[in-house]
Amino acid sequence: MAETNNKNARKAQFLAQVRGLMLKLLIIWFVVSFGFGILLVEPLNEIRLGGYKLGFWFAQQGSIFIFIALIFYFAAAMSRLEREYRQYSEGSE
Amino acid sequence: MSLTVLTYLVVGATFALYIGIAIATRASSTRDFYVADGGVHPIANGMATAADWMSAASFISMAGLIALSYNGYGGSVFLMGWTGGYVLLALLIAPYLRKYGKFTVPDFIGERYYSDTARVVAVICLILCSVTYVIGQMKGVGVAFSRFLETDYETGLGIGMFIVFFYAVLGGMKGITYTQIAQYVVLITAYTIPAIFISLQLTGNPLPQLGLGSTLAGTDMYLLDKLDLILLDLGFQEYTTTLRGSTLNMLAFTASLMIGTAGLPHVIIRFFTVPSVAAARRSAGWALVFIAILYTTAPAIAAMARLNIVNTMQASDGQALLIEDKPAWFENWEQTGLLKVEDLNGDGRIEYTADPATNELTKLDNDILVLANPEIAQLPNWVIALVAAGGLAAALSTAAGLLLAISSAISHDLLKSTYMPTISERSELRASRIAMAVAVLGAGYLGLNPPGFAAGTVALAFGLAASSLFPALLMGIFARRVSREGAVAGMLAGISVTLLYVFQHKGIMFIPGTSFLGDMSPNWFFGIEPNAFGVVGAAVNFTVAFIVSRVTAPPPREVQELLDFLHEPGNAE
Repeated sequence: MAETNNKNARKAQFLAQVRGLMLKLLIIWFVVSFGFGILLVEPLNEIRLGGYKLGFWFAQQGSIFIFIALIFYFAAAMSRLEREYRQYSEGSE
Repeated sequence: MSLTVLTYLVVGATFALYIGIAIATRASSTRDFYVADGGVHPIANGMATAADWMSAASFISMAGLIALSYNGYGGSVFLMGWTGGYVLLALLIAPYLRKYGKFTVPDFIGERYYSDTARVVAVICLILCSVTYVIGQMKGVGVAFSRFLETDYETGLGIGMFIVFFYAVLGGMKGITYTQIAQYVVLITAYTIPAIFISLQLTGNPLPQLGLGSTLAGTDMYLLDKLDLILLDLGFQEYTTTLRGSTLNMLAFTASLMIGTAGLPHVIIRFFTVPSVAAARRSAGWALVFIAILYTTAPAIAAMARLNIVNTMQASDGQALLIEDKPAWFENWEQTGLLKVEDLNGDGRIEYTADPATNELTKLDNDILVLANPEIAQLPNWVIALVAAGGLAAALSTAAGLLLAISSAISHDLLKSTYMPTISERSELRASRIAMAVAVLGAGYLGLNPPGFAAGTVALAFGLAASSLFPALLMGIFARRVSREGAVAGMLAGISVTLLYVFQHKGIMFIPGTSFLGDMSPNWFFGIEPNAFGVVGAAVNFTVAFIVSRVTAPPPREVQELLDFLHEPGNAE
């Protein structure tokens, strides 16, 4: 009985970790595109990145690079969470 | 060798390659036909997804849209919208649908919402958005042929149909996947080579992404600053800061393209072809890498080609270009009707200004920017031939993906799952080939006789996917309480609101003068333009679905178990 409870608690923990990870990454996704690229574009344009105004750079280049990084980070982090979970459930059997 | 002969050679070689691949990758089971037996490597799938996704619109039109119609910064909505959707797809949709492990998007919606009605509504939404999308591709094929190979539009369309027909009907998803990989290589080479040359010429930097932020060769003036200055001088608005409509409109436009991307069935089914859930996540990353190579190059082409055009229009003596000094590419493209010059004041010069009363460059089509780019930059003929092959690869690869989504919805979701559940595997495979053949012929017919709405098609497809399928999938995966009644009502409400708004502005089925509420001021809904309306349709969909689910019975236990299964920690490979 205690074992089942532990297992359920571990699974709930896994689901919470996944949810936390998604939330964190979606916030970054929102901030770099809608935030830096559109809402904050004017103040950011005061800053220069070479010939680019920074807000313009985020809107036409930077956000895309960050999107790629987000997806690969997510894939790696999910694999890690799943591995940890599997080690736990194999260990408890 | 003349340009036409060279173009025939290059295009012919690529077509021979596609047909060779089709013969080598013939589908022998329905699993082959629908999902390439689930055995595609994530990087290969990423490349195929990139070709599937990047259509004639991305390849031919996007840079021109950014540079001309959306005047630079405003065009960022396409860049962020069409790439940001992959984050949603990779985090929220693709891994779960891969885990579900069936063949189609309506499959999932039918089972999750325990209802044939939901499945059929999903099939209708899928066909609506895929058919509107495929018409644009067929048109792209016909136009590319007629412009580069000097055939008529009809002959070009016929050849394009034959090629797609051959490898899609024979190979299904398996054939399509491997031809799309070849098509990606062709299209990305064709897109980046002119960009590298043009960036070298203007800034001395071979990477267009860096060139765009560099100084002009031999000066200490930044390229973008120069472009801003020169455009302001001609009476245009600043390139790097001008909004499209309002900030709110840009937010809505970007959001609509993002969720439309994450809801387009022909893209989602590509993730059913990889071996595992973890592979689906990584594959979405690779897809975006391959897409980003084009999408970060496009803004550089946009700004550099705009600068080249403006410079061409200013003769060295600081005056407008003399008509007799027009460069050769100018005359070539005048013949196609994409470029038009009228000497309004009769001074023998072509004034290019923002003021329509004095502007004498009376037509400058968006598509010119990419298509004439190699000529403007005075690149050799083989580069021009390559651009023709690239445009065709972009249109054919997307058309094939869309046709597969349509045919599997008909043979699998309508026949096998709904109306003829006893059909055998062999008959289903035959039915899917017949459905594919009918879909190709139908798309060809619509390409020959484009209905009035062909002009707005790609944008409409995104609006429809954003307002119907994306919310149904997202709630299907994450909202346990949403019931079949809620989902069906939500999809119907979302798609209706979007269609009504688009038709109100552009006429019913885009026939001018049929908008039913009379002449309302354009973009009346908080200044959001019709193309950006998908996100509002999606919000309506979510709201209706939640309200209806609250007053109807919750989903049965099997659905709860299905959801438990989807969210269960997956096995790594």
